Amino acid sequence: MKNLKLLFVIFLAFFLVATTGLPVWSADTIKIGVIGPMNFTQGKGHWNGALMAQDEINAAGGVQVGNKKMKIELVKADSNEFLSMTDATNAMELLLTRNKVDFVVGGFRTEAVLAMQDIAMDYKTIFLGCGAATKKICDRVGEDYDRYKYWFRITPFNNIFLARTNFIHLATVAGIMRKTLGIQKPKVAIVGEKQAWVEAMITAAEATIPKLGMEVAGVWRPSQTATDVTAELSAIQRSGAHIAFTIFSASVGVTFAKQVGELKIPIAQVGINVEAQKDGFWEATGGMGNYVMTMNTYARDVEYNEFTKPFVHGYIKKFGEVPTYTADTHSAILILSEAIKRAGSLDADKIVGELEKTDLTGSSGRLKFDKNHDPVWGPGYLTSLGVQWQDGKLVGVWPNKWKATKDAPEITYKGIVSYKLPPWFIEAYKK
Amino acid sequence: MISDIILTTLINGSTYALLAIGFSLIFGVARIVNIAHTAFYMVAAYCIFFGTHRLGMHPVLAMLMALIVVVLLGLICYKLFIEPIREHEAAVLIATIALAMIFQEVMLLIFKGDYRTVPPLVPGYMDLAGVKIGYQQLLTIAAALIILAGVWAFLIKTRLGLAIRSTAQDREVANLMGMNEARVAMLTLAVSVGIAALTGAVVLPLTVLNPHMWMAPLIMMMAVVVLGGLGSLKGSFAGAFILAFSEALVVFLIPKGAFLRESVALSIMILVLLLRPEGLFGVYFEEER
Repeated sequence: MKNLKLLFVIFLAFFLVATTGLPVWSADTIKIGVIGPMNFTQGKGHWNGALMAQDEINAAGGVQVGNKKMKIELVKADSNEFLSMTDATNAMELLLTRNKVDFVVGGFRTEAVLAMQDIAMDYKTIFLGCGAATKKICDRVGEDYDRYKYWFRITPFNNIFLARTNFIHLATVAGIMRKTLGIQKPKVAIVGEKQAWVEAMITAAEATIPKLGMEVAGVWRPSQTATDVTAELSAIQRSGAHIAFTIFSASVGVTFAKQVGELKIPIAQVGINVEAQKDGFWEATGGMGNYVMTMNTYARDVEYNEFTKPFVHGYIKKFGEVPTYTADTHSAILILSEAIKRAGSLDADKIVGELEKTDLTGSSGRLKFDKNHDPVWGPGYLTSLGVQWQDGKLVGVWPNKWKATKDAPEITYKGIVSYKLPPWFIEAYKK
Repeated sequence: MISDIILTTLINGSTYALLAIGFSLIFGVARIVNIAHTAFYMVAAYCIFFGTHRLGMHPVLAMLMALIVVVLLGLICYKLFIEPIREHEAAVLIATIALAMIFQEVMLLIFKGDYRTVPPLVPGYMDLAGVKIGYQQLLTIAAALIILAGVWAFLIKTRLGLAIRSTAQDREVANLMGMNEARVAMLTLAVSVGIAALTGAVVLPLTVLNPHMWMAPLIMMMAVVVLGGLGSLKGSFAGAFILAFSEALVVFLIPKGAFLRESVALSIMILVLLLRPEGLFGVYFEEER
């Protein structure tokens, strides 16, 4: 009987150890936590991109770590960060303590990423951001290198460069208005959802728009989850705005585009509208999102380089849709595996040193980090795309003969087409 | 600008009024604070989306289906979760919060978090006093007013309406007069969630469908009900338009603070309560004997 009890205790101990996941039997795998809002497109992008990278690396035998090959093992964590910050921090804690992952990729909402970043840094775990744009997240690396050196941003480039790219898009559309309709000084309504990452962009927009030969018609700040913006639209129309400079990452992007289309408000939408980056946007707006322009990382037929097409088409084949920028977890894991290979170990400090040396051309351009572990923006590095919905198809419209400086060479990526003003806009302003 | 403010007030006010009256009705009759009220509205919206987009039904048929499904769901929830604990108001409140969360999670599981819309029943728009207003918006205002009139007529002209009103005035006396108070409460809940379903139906083409769409109107609906006076239908109606008006004023007068529209509306509610704790059309409920 005594022996039976002992046997039972041993079995229980074995069971506990097995289920709490001590990494004794998984020593030949590299565990990567993929964290994001998994019930939403952004999280799906995180997971799908990571899955593709895992499949590619494992099919090639794994990552070379010293003298052995290690396979990638992904662990999915739903941060639910749109709705609950606590869920986000809990998900990160679980990844690091229960799942004992070696690295983390993902994150989307700045507010959540700042909190998750601190947790990852507490555990000295490398966290590759693939969603949040706020510059401050990377500034922390410069401010306290020893603590925050384990953080790198893969995508997007920071909100200062996001704003700069958007102003180039804005100037491009204003130029088309001047040329085709004779609107010499277009009025711009700045419409930004009420979220942390938008603040700096609004300040920058108010300062930059007049310098670009345009006029600020006003600033509107609807809630990020507003389900009705007809009041704002009436006010925008009354202001005489020609362009709505949109800064949306949440559902208000669908509401705004849909109601502009339904009421045929004579404005051109330019800026960031994360919802408009997705294939599902056309259905979500019932086709009313036609002519919306947004910056984006990928478009079905646009190629930055020779790596874009295989990734985008492979993604479409596997998941049935064009990848959103959060799917750059794919690049994140490829960059990480290269750094691990060079470091020859899983030691975080050694890998940080190797990641800092990264200079790799991937599916969305050439990635190199600055001293704050922020990706470098500009011609020859990451630029992103300007995309527009044209009759049910999301097409690339920028860069189209873009010159970063007077003497710089023109840039036009393969597959770029011309931007189109909405017909009801032309109707309203043609002389 | 005045015409913009009036039209915006009419559209939002009629939606808030529809939601608030349904919520107020069940509170007045059965003292049930049904936090899941707007979640029923969300479920109805998904039923219509499912009917039109997945089953290819005519929108009106899908609306009818949604109404039936939501009323049945409401009755099942009442029997299983609310009736056994009805005498404990706090427990009912918590149970309905749980119900709302369950509905949200089930919808999230089935339809995921993607945003969806349904096309308007009447596409197009007209220019009214310099304001572009969609035909669907006009239809929504008209439908909301018709539903409100229907609820009014139902409460005033029918025997069940009389029973509901008398139970709302004094449950115990209504019971002593031979009315089956529990049955009246159940039927009132059915009417209440039915109104929520109809609200979902008329508002759906104007909004963006997602599993969390019940939260924002919940706050406004409760503010309307408290402002108007708990349990007062007249109060809910007036409160709805007052808060919608304050929201419209914020958007048009302080565009940079458009996101504050709810906060301003809630502040107005608090201000009114400080001056008149029972709300605008306050109904003093007798102490339970």
